[in-house]
Amino acid sequence: MTVDQQPEIAVRTEQLRRIYKAKRREGAQREIVALDGVNLEIKRGELFGLLGPNGAGKTTLIKILTTLLAPTSGRAWVAGIDVTENPWEVRRHINMVSGGESSGYGLLTVEENLWMFAQFYGMDSKTARQRIRALLEVVGLADRAKTKIYHLSTGMRQKMNFARGFLTDPEILFLDEPTLGLDVQTARVLRAFIKQWVQERSDKTILLTTHYMQEADELCDRVAIIDQGKILACDTPANLKKRLQRASIFRLQVSALEDPDSLFADLEGISQFAHVERNGHTELHFILEDEHSLMDILGAIQRSAGHLISLEKREPTLEDVFVSLVGHGLSEEAP
Amino acid sequence: MKIRREVEVFLRTVLGRAYPRLIGLQREKSWLFFDILLPLLQVSAFVFVYQAIEAPPEFTGFVVLGGAMTAYWLNVLWSMASQLYWEKETGNLALYIMAPTSRMAILLGMALGGIVATTFRAAAVILAGSLIFQVTFAVARVPELLGVFLLTLIALYGMGMLFSSLFLLFGREAWHLSNLLQEPIFLLSGFYFPVKSLGFWVALSASIIPITLGLDALRQLLFPGLLPLGFLAVEYELGILAFLSVLFVWLAHGALRHMEDLARREGRLTVRGQ
Repeated sequence: MTVDQQPEIAVRTEQLRRIYKAKRREGAQREIVALDGVNLEIKRGELFGLLGPNGAGKTTLIKILTTLLAPTSGRAWVAGIDVTENPWEVRRHINMVSGGESSGYGLLTVEENLWMFAQFYGMDSKTARQRIRALLEVVGLADRAKTKIYHLSTGMRQKMNFARGFLTDPEILFLDEPTLGLDVQTARVLRAFIKQWVQERSDKTILLTTHYMQEADELCDRVAIIDQGKILACDTPANLKKRLQRASIFRLQVSALEDPDSLFADLEGISQFAHVERNGHTELHFILEDEHSLMDILGAIQRSAGHLISLEKREPTLEDVFVSLVGHGLSEEAP
Repeated sequence: MKIRREVEVFLRTVLGRAYPRLIGLQREKSWLFFDILLPLLQVSAFVFVYQAIEAPPEFTGFVVLGGAMTAYWLNVLWSMASQLYWEKETGNLALYIMAPTSRMAILLGMALGGIVATTFRAAAVILAGSLIFQVTFAVARVPELLGVFLLTLIALYGMGMLFSSLFLLFGREAWHLSNLLQEPIFLLSGFYFPVKSLGFWVALSASIIPITLGLDALRQLLFPGLLPLGFLAVEYELGILAFLSVLFVWLAHGALRHMEDLARREGRLTVRGQ
């Protein structure tokens, strides 16, 4: 398929639903709805993010789009091809990298493993070796090309998997939490490469799932927020943040509070509230409909004998959007 | 052009998947101990039994050959049948399925790599066994000998490919089933004694395992002195092996497609720790 022949929509789903059946101890079957009528459209050339907590349905969606799982109902097209009717054809256009993946054979070197996977795509050895060298440079693994992969650390192995995904220069690339467990520096390098790769190739599309809000904010043209199998919102990060422009967002650090949930339960004007225990203190996050509610919050803290350590008002982030939609945060920061 | 490209991808896949097995032979030297010395110990036990009862000297070669062929059966069970279970656990299976290549090419690569690596092991057992126990082989009917050997391997690894696809759905059960199949087949296929002694119907039933007839035919061809102990005439055994080769490869192809579809529907292709 030439660039001109490629469809404008790289990925489309229509009322996509997936139900898993799990057996209970007593033998009865329980249904788990992993995807619940998902409708998505990802344009060609987009770097599209899918944000959601564990169990939200992100990986299930990716599995369906990469032909590893059949939907229970609904339809999905990748590169304009129906994933259920013609999975074979879809596979010519895609590749995938999953975080925490342990693929490959320990006895083979990094270079050999990548060469082996390139063979499954019919790539000639010369081209494969050139691309492997270039990609290993990018991910900072060039000096480990001849190392057997059972000698690699988890992070290095993840870098190798990352290189594997890009090796075949796919039209549509699925990145399922690709920076999971990586150190800060490596994650930054990989994020920069993802951005550059898609910017330099207008015909390439990436679907990225991530836990890390900053990652989605930094990389993605558009983001969909998914929870309990449903897409709750889908827009550019800037537009999503605009939704909270009228709201006031505060972060308070106070001495350890005993039961923050009940302390603020009866207060009015709080649209979202989350708390995290950190270094013996309680960190409180509020999205307020009205800034004046802050006085009531401070009063409640004082009554509970808590001491205010710091107070910060800030601009809405993608995390705030997420919290306002899902009702809780992810409380993980990108490496 | 499209067909040429498909063939190229197929062949590259076979080569790519065979590579880890071939290179493993060179890099994982433990096989010299586990795959030569241990089978030789077992062979020795049977050789001493036959010598104690003053069986004809051909029986020693008979046992050495059986000992060498165990390597193929173990390879089919552990590196073919239950292989996709391990591939699933490591995440390789998802990458195989997602690649735009034939699953049969993946299995064929596994089989070819396994055949080459196992042939080295089997040859080493035969060589060591022959030297230690002074076995002499009567290599007279070479084309038939080669035919039996090749058809036995095609049928045997065809069966391995079939098992492999059936085990696509299974988790740890695949491992248990392989365990279950290991020892009984040593008995039923007559690895250390003439399969004819099990009686016609039992031997015929055991012939569904290609190594039964393959081993019997090889013994008839290499030890003409034991011809009366052969189960069926070599020509018949060749014919049945040819039939089994086609049957198993054909069944493997169909089963692989069916099982992949089923596993996709049931969501088992990527489930780990099953």
